[in-house]
Amino acid sequence: MSPELKARFDEEIRSHKIVLFMKGNALFPQCGFSARALQLLQPYGEVHTVDVLADPNIRQGIKEYSNWPTIPQVYINGEFVGGSDILMELAERGELEALVSGKKAEG
Amino acid sequence: MLDPEAIRARILGALPGSEVNVQDTTGTGDHFEASVVSPAFAGKSMVQQHKLVYASVQDWLGTGELHALALKTYTPEQWKKLGPR
Repeated sequence: MSPELKARFDEEIRSHKIVLFMKGNALFPQCGFSARALQLLQPYGEVHTVDVLADPNIRQGIKEYSNWPTIPQVYINGEFVGGSDILMELAERGELEALVSGKKAEG
Repeated sequence: MLDPEAIRARILGALPGSEVNVQDTTGTGDHFEASVVSPAFAGKSMVQQHKLVYASVQDWLGTGELHALALKTYTPEQWKKLGPR
């Protein structure tokens, strides 16, 4: 991955509380998993979305950056949280709010 | 074609002392789901927990022999509170 691309990811993640790397955008999600991730996050504040379909370098780069093979990917408070399965599980366990507010989940 | 026991053995090998339950979700030997309760998960984020499990089957994922492994991971404390569901 180019240093410029890494710097761009660093900056997106640093400057927004909730960042969703997704297929499509908030108005037109292009994949059910991306749409679901967006829905799960929206109750907890503004979601900054990055459309990976807009640029193949971003689509491939974010997988390397996070060391995670699938999209969507979620960052909260600068930390990689995971993909749609993990997001759904955290939501079911009621742990998303604590993540957004910066409180460490117990256990 | 893999079977649930093979996957369970891998996860147990990587995370000794865990409780591991694996199911073949499609009956085709390549899509599985696993729930793993492990003391090794304490203090780790869910994504870190999943990475620990995926690492144990990485070669099968790499060859495509294992197409998907859906995970639910719990610390023993979380399992007491949340599981089984």
